[in-house]
Formats: sequence, structure tokens, C-alpha cells
Amino acid sequence: MIPASFDYVRPSSLDEALETLRDQGEDAKVLAGGQSLLPLLRLRLAYPGTLVDVGRVKELRGVADRGDHILIGAMTTHYDIVTSPIVREHCPLVALATATVADPAVRHRGTLGGSLAHADPAGDLPAVARALDMEFVVRSADGERVIPAADFFLDYLETALDPGEILTGIRVPKLGPGWGFHYEKFHRTAQAWAIVGVAAAVRRSNGTIEEARVALTNMGPTPVRATAVEEAVRGAELGAGGVLRAAASRADEDTHPPADLHARPDYRRHLARVLTHRALLAAAGTT
Amino acid sequence: MTEQLDAGVAARQIKESDVLSGAGDGREVGRARRRKEDARLVTGRTQWTDNIQLPGLLHVAFLRSPMAHARITRVDTSVARTQPGVVAVFSGQDFAAEQGSLPCAWPVTEDIVLPDHPPMAVTEVRYVGEAVACVVATDRYKAADALDAIEVDYEPLDAVTDMTAALEEGSPKVHEAGNKAFTWKFAQGDIDAAFRDAAVRIDRTYVQQRLIPSAMEPRAVVAQTDGDSFTLHSSTQIPHILRVMLALTTGIPEHKLRVVAPDVGGGFGSKLQVTAEEVLCLLITRRLGKPVKWTESRSEGNLTVHHGRDQLQRISVAADADGRIRGVKVDLLAGMGAYLMLVTPGVPLLGAFMYSGIYKMDAYDFTCTGVFTTKMPTDAYRGAGRPEATFAIERIVDELAAELGMDPIELRRRNWIQHAEFPYTTVCGLTYDSGNYEAATDRALALFGYDKLRAEQADRRERDDPVQLGIGVSTYTEMCGLAPSRVLGSLSYGAGGWEHAGVRVLPTGKVEVVTGTSPHGQGHETAWSQIVADALGVPFEDVAVIHGDTSSSHKGMDTYGSRSLVVGGVAVVQACEKVKEKARQVAAHLMEASPDDIEFTRGEFRVRGTGTSRTIQEIALATFAAHDLPDGFEPRLDAEATFDPDNFSFPHGTHLCAVEVDTETGATKIRSYVAVDDVGSVVNPLIVEGQVHGGIAQGIAQALFEEAVHDADGNLLTTTMADYLLPSAADLPDYTTDRTETPATTNPLGVKGVGEAGTIASTPAVVNAIVDALRPHGVHDVPMPCTPERVWRVLDQARTTAQSTDGGL
Repeated sequence: MIPASFDYVRPSSLDEALETLRDQGEDAKVLAGGQSLLPLLRLRLAYPGTLVDVGRVKELRGVADRGDHILIGAMTTHYDIVTSPIVREHCPLVALATATVADPAVRHRGTLGGSLAHADPAGDLPAVARALDMEFVVRSADGERVIPAADFFLDYLETALDPGEILTGIRVPKLGPGWGFHYEKFHRTAQAWAIVGVAAAVRRSNGTIEEARVALTNMGPTPVRATAVEEAVRGAELGAGGVLRAAASRADEDTHPPADLHARPDYRRHLARVLTHRALLAAAGTT
Repeated sequence: MTEQLDAGVAARQIKESDVLSGAGDGREVGRARRRKEDARLVTGRTQWTDNIQLPGLLHVAFLRSPMAHARITRVDTSVARTQPGVVAVFSGQDFAAEQGSLPCAWPVTEDIVLPDHPPMAVTEVRYVGEAVACVVATDRYKAADALDAIEVDYEPLDAVTDMTAALEEGSPKVHEAGNKAFTWKFAQGDIDAAFRDAAVRIDRTYVQQRLIPSAMEPRAVVAQTDGDSFTLHSSTQIPHILRVMLALTTGIPEHKLRVVAPDVGGGFGSKLQVTAEEVLCLLITRRLGKPVKWTESRSEGNLTVHHGRDQLQRISVAADADGRIRGVKVDLLAGMGAYLMLVTPGVPLLGAFMYSGIYKMDAYDFTCTGVFTTKMPTDAYRGAGRPEATFAIERIVDELAAELGMDPIELRRRNWIQHAEFPYTTVCGLTYDSGNYEAATDRALALFGYDKLRAEQADRRERDDPVQLGIGVSTYTEMCGLAPSRVLGSLSYGAGGWEHAGVRVLPTGKVEVVTGTSPHGQGHETAWSQIVADALGVPFEDVAVIHGDTSSSHKGMDTYGSRSLVVGGVAVVQACEKVKEKARQVAAHLMEASPDDIEFTRGEFRVRGTGTSRTIQEIALATFAAHDLPDGFEPRLDAEATFDPDNFSFPHGTHLCAVEVDTETGATKIRSYVAVDDVGSVVNPLIVEGQVHGGIAQGIAQALFEEAVHDADGNLLTTTMADYLLPSAADLPDYTTDRTETPATTNPLGVKGVGEAGTIASTPAVVNAIVDALRPHGVHDVPMPCTPERVWRVLDQARTTAQSTDGGL
């Protein structure tokens, strides 16, 4: 890889990293696992003046049980998340979706925080963040703030993070008993991004769907909640298959799917409907 | 499912027993030897071109045209020259007087348009990525950085990206002489009669999409000079051809130019080329007197490694009502891209003789028009011409079967050349020396569980299952082992097809083999060692193979076209025979016997009927000492041989593919894949297995994944591996492989070549399976690559057509 020239710093604490960011301003870029940033550097699509490598900031790694939610350090790798007993027990959708990210090499280097802060709508984890209403803990030299997932993703590769801020951790609410989960990913090769992905969480009770959360990958410049589906499916009886299909047929409402080499928008809309149906069935435990 | 698993296990067991029998008789040929070169290759502890470091080495970066077609009106390199670390900056004008034209060695017709092809554009660019200037700097990064400081003014000209449009009146011209490079025709038999009398006629158009060969090792070049002579290291398949061509192109005398292909990480035809970068690195080092290196990035490679395929095939077949094929007509447009490179125009000719496949017929008619477009030139890519031909004939035979309501296997049986009919001269005039299509097909059907899968297919159709099952058949053959020099000459190719080998027994009895083949992943060091071990009776470990350096391997035609074993391996055998005869003279002399009374078995010369013997190692030492040799005997135990084959070789086989097509999403999943190949006798079953696996993967990749996509302005959109999709192991099925062995009769090893077979066979097997799955929906074709979106759109269109037809009735 032959990137443009840049300065490189590797702080060993969060405070040191934040100071560097404050000093460098918009010219600095945080390097997490590098799985998204390095390709941009390679293609000379990004020209940061300084790379702030937070790979040695230990306090950004790890998964902790915090009672009503779990806290995942932003620099926790995909591999560590997939294999974390806490994540698997309390937030299985995170583990399910993370296990589909790229390939083992990428999962060993790539991080949850890096993936979310990169805000690629074709990434798998932003949609999961929306489905689960994750909260983003953000620090700058001036202090800490918490941004709900619904307010975090502003546009294609654009987030609510200010220059000088680092995403330090992600709070994932525990949904409690009765929920089923599924991440339905459609891609052409195992390493390719999702053409469309559907993250679904469904709470069942006495044969009906009490509540559902559905979020879509790569159906617009940001991950989106399929609210029309969520409303349509509430109270649906699980035996009545046609209800789920009808609900899923509204998955592409209010979406703005992109056109690229792998799919045109009308095909993405069609996929969103088909895959949402499959995701609902799987999350409801009926397949 | 269980049945397939069992079948797979059975096939693997057969492999192991092969291996054991090979080892059991003490022979090396036939043994599944692990490759002796692999340890250094897979650990990277070897000399790849990019690993080469030299004192004072400078680095080259190329500025490439961002426009598909434009006039260059100004190039200003003055600012770039002042950038940090920059040693020199050159534009095309700087080399205009000495860079010559990149060679095309295969002008297929006398009236072919053969445009001037400057390594660096001087006045006009004709594809995106064409080099227009270069920076030479003290490191790679500084060289790349300084490219931004070069100013180039372009006057845009219209791009021509579509072959059909390129041939229309008034189309923008890629070259002054027009967009038609050549028309090449070939006809046998009375084609009009065949079509006139036929009960059935089917016409189809197939598109062979552009492919980007994606060798694991990117291209790299290191050029150096001592002021008088030059050495060029290149990641190339063809060090010998390259030396001749570079000598002719640059004016460096051939004896002052050494070309080295060190270990090379794959080529697939893409390194069968004389590239602009090779020529320019030599010119730069000549100009500066300093060593230079260039290594391409992957995106640079996607743009400027020659592309493959790019053909538009119009094919028609005529048949009797009982399915007997009468004749085949082919009208081909072959995309040349912007220039004719080393064998660009010849690629479709390598397919011209293969459109009759394994079938008998009365007549054949072939027309090929080479078309210029403003895209990267095409050239050889694994199979080169033969995958295209095989695809078209195997696809249309399936269409014929569907039209006649006949099982595609049964239709093939009615038409193929029977085992008893070999040698058989086909309608195209090729003489297939040997083959057994019945045996390979019967074996494949058994391993596949054909009848059971057909039953499941019927069941899914009956139930209107959203996931439909399809079965694809490909009974391929190919012509390889390139090639008889006389035949190449008759096709206007610029060189011969022989191969050379030298074998020398060292004083201690160890053996060095010098081969003119140039391996880049094939395992020649192992296979040649096995051949020599048997021929001279020395241990496998005692053989070393030297290749790829024109100063140590002075003569060769290099590696492509599944030729290395079939031509180069035979040369090794012949050189060994000469060595053995020399050793026999010495042995007879030392044992005071007549050479006619000396038997040779497993490295030992024995006087017939006695206990007196000498090992070849003893003979080697005696020859080295030279104290007691026959009168007039030259004290050397070495020999060379050059083998020019009389005929091509014709591997064949039957590949069967079962796919599940999700009619809701358009996704295709390969459920099972059976390949029974007949590549003649086998030197190393492991190497054959590896070639078959890789070949099938590459063919599946064309069917499902790969496509070089350009926009209307001629910009390549697939410049990264995120856009140009290569399948990995995770995307490919387990293969069930087996072999039948019908030895070639045209060479002493009985071998046929295996480098391209899998790629040639698998593409039509997969597409036939997809179309078979969807045929009840009214689908007759899915263009490649059969992406989920394409399948979905084809289905959608077929349903719409069906509905409107229903409405009309």
C-alpha cells in the first residue's frame, strides 16, 4: 500500500489520545482496527495529516456487564465480541451479526467502535445498533457525552462525532426474556459487504408477536429502522404466516437504497422485503 | 445428501489407492508427491521480483491516463522534477525516439490492422490506465507522491466501449484505419446443406464478459545495467520469449540482455506478455545507468494487466429430429481492446477449432471479427479461446436437448465420438488421438447420483418450491500442449511450439535438470524430478530443476497453454534417454561388455545374465574422473533435447453441477459438483488434483462472480476487489473429483495437460445448471456472471412475458 504521507502517533492512554486530537483538530483521524481506514488510505481517498492509533489504549477494550446493559469498549475486536459469554448471553443479536462480518482475519483486527464510527451503511453493525437502540459513549478533552444510536448516524460515512471526540464505548441494553433474534445478510461472496441486511429482534408471548425491532443495512445513506414493519407486525399471531409476509412487504418504505455494481435500488427494495420476512420468521423461532 | 457424501468418500478412496499403487512398484511417476518447491513459496522465503534489493535502486511510478480516449496536448513535468526524492521524470515524448512499439506476435491475417503501440503514450491515449508519464524516485512513496505534480492536458475524444457499436458506420475510431482489426474465416463441409435439411435449428447469442486475471503476485520488474549489458527480472511466464522480444523492441543486442523470471506467483496467461512497464524500465535504466524497480498495486493491475475473454458469440446449431447434430455456425466478435498485444488476435483462433467439441457433425462454419474498443487490450487468460468455444457449444447442446425434450446426457451420447472411433478427425480437421467419453461420463453420473437429483428436481418443480434445483452438464474437450510448430506457422503465429531440456549428472550422481518451461505455481520442480527419477533411476531428492533465467536456461518457449508437461516434460524424457545411452557406453566399457548386453533397471547397469553391475552414480564419478573411458568418448554425462510435438493433446472429461436457485432472491448455491477428468497418464495426482480444483474455481468465478465493468465513457468501475469479486474458499463447494486415464498416443509419457481443463469445463456446467433450474419459468439464458440480481431480473422478465402472452391468448 502506497498512501499519501501522514504523521503517526500511538498514545498509550485515552487522555493522551484526546489531547492529541484536540491539538490536531480536523486534520487528525483515529485509527482503530484499520479495516476500513486503511483501504481508504491505500486508494488515497483519505488524506489525514495525523493518524492517532488507539490500538494501545487498553481502557477501550473489553466487555462489561452493567446491570441493565452491557458496555462494550470501542476497541473490542469483532472476534472478542463473537466469543464473549456476556455478549452471547445478553445481546445475542450483536454476536450473530458480528460473526458475519467479512472474514476471520478482519474479525481479529476490526473493532466494534471502528465499524460504528466509520458509519458505512453497508456495514453490518450500524443496523444492529439501531435495532437495539444502543447508546454511544463519547469522550473529548472537554468531557463525556452519550449519543443514542438514532442520533449518531447522520449521513453516508458521517456521524455526530465532533473533531476531537473519540467513541469510547457502546452501551447495549439488555432486552430481557422472551426475545428472539436474527441477522439476515445477503451478499455475493463471504467477504463482501451486505447488498442488504436485516437485523430483527422479536418478543413473543402466547403465540403472538408483542414487539419487534427491525433495522436495515445498506438501504440508504444511514442504517434505518423499518418502523412500518414494526408496527404492522405488533400483535401478529405466529401461526398466521401471511401476516408476517404482509408486514415485511413494507420493509422498504421510506428507504433510499443506493445503486452500485452489485444491485440497483429496485432490487434492493425487493430484497429488503424478502429478507425482512425471513428475518422475522427466524427471530420469531418459526423456521 | 448422504449419497453425495458417500460418493465423495468413494472418489477420495480411489485416489489413495492410485497413490499406493504408484508407490508400490517403486516408480516415482504416479506418486502423489508433495511439491518440493512449496515450502519456500508458501512461506515467501524466496526471490519474488519485488523482494529484490540492489544498491542504489530507484523506484518507478507511472502516471496513467484518466481518460479512455483523448489527444495529449501538453505534458509538463517541470514541477514534478523538483519534488522530494525525485531523480527523473519522463513523458512519452522523452522516449518517443527509442521506445518502439509493443509487439504482436500473432497477426492472424495478412490484412490485419496492426496499430503502433508505444509503451508510453505520446500523442493519444486509447484506454484508461495507459501510461503517459513516469517518475523515478528514491523510494516508492516519493515516486507516487510526485505523480500529482505532473500536468497533462488532454483533448477528449469519444470513447468506444461496445463492440457492435464500434463496427457501425460513423462510430468514433480507435485507430485511423477503423475499428475492425481483422476478419478470420474457417469453413468445413457443406454448412448450407446441413442447415437446410435439418429438422431443428437453434440460434443463440452468448456474451463472454471481460475478465481480469488476478494472479496472487502483482506484476513487478527490476531492470539493471553495468553500462554494457542488461538484466531484467520480471514476474513473467515467458522469460525466453521476453528476451527475444525485448531485444527486437529496444535494440539491446540479445546476447547483452539477460531475463530472469524468479519465483512467480501465478499468471493465468496475464504474464504471457511483453508489457509496457518491462520495456520502459529497461529504457529508464539505460537512460539513467541506475537500477530501477516497479511493482504494481492491485488497482493498477486491474486497470493495466491485460484482460481476458470479451467475446460476443452468435452460434447456431442444426440437428435432425432424433438429435443428431448436422452442423454448427459461429459468428464471433472478439474484443481486442485498444491495441494488439502479444497474442491478442490469436486467442479466438485457439477456440476456432473447438466449437465442435466432442461431437461428430457434417459441417462447420466460423467467422471471427476482431474489434477495437477504447479499453485495456485483451489477451490470453486461462484457457484462451477454448473456454469460450466450450461454453458456447455446451450451452447450445443443452438448449437443443431442451428443444427436443431429450435428456442432455442422452443427446450428447448420440453425438459424441465413440471410444472405438479414435483416433478421430473432427469436422474442424483436428485429429483427436485418444479419449473415452463414455467412461468419464458414466463415472461422473455414478458419483453425482444423477437419477436421484433429477427426481428431486421433479419434486421441487411439482411443489413449486421457491428454491429450484438445476443440473448442468459439461462434456468438454480441449486442444492443448501448445503446440506443433508447423501448425502454429500455418496460423501465422510468430514462433514455434517446441520445448527444450538439459539434463546433467553431476560427479556425485546428483542430477540437474535445466528446463525451458517457466513455472509460476505449476510444480515443475516436483514433476520433472519424478520423471527424471524414473528415467535415470536416481532418488527423487537427488534431482534439482533450474528454470526461468536465460543465462542458465538458454533455450525455451516457456509456460502457457497446458504445454509444460506435454512438451517440456517430454523434452526432459528425451534428454534423459540420451544421458542413459552415454552412461551405458561407459558402463559397458568398465564392465568389459558390449553395450548391447547392458540392461538398465532402476539406476543400475547390469551385464545381462551376470551379477556384474555399476550404479549410475558410479558411472557419473567414473565419467568425471575420465581415467578410463571408451576411446573417443567425451567425458560428460549430460545431454540436451528439443521436442516439437506432432499434434496437440486433447484432455477431456465430464463435469456435472447441481445448483439450488432461490427464485425469491435470485441467489445461486452450488450444491454439488462432480468432475471426472481424463488428462491421460498422470505424473503426480496431487498436482493434477490441485490444478483441477483451481481450474474449476476459476471457471465458477466466470459463471457467478467476475466481470470487468466499464461505464459508457470507458472508465473501469471494478478497480478493487470490493467491486471485482473473486470467490474465496468460503464461496465454493466441495468438489468430488475422479479421473479416467486414457493415455495420449502422441507422446511417450501419455500425458495430455491439465492446467486449463477445469476452467474450460466448469463455466458451462454451472450456467447450464442455473438455466436448467429456471427453464420451467420460461428462462432460456442468464448472462454471465449470473449474479443474484441478474437471475432475479431474468426471472422477472420471463414472468412478465408469460403473463402478457397469457393475456394475448
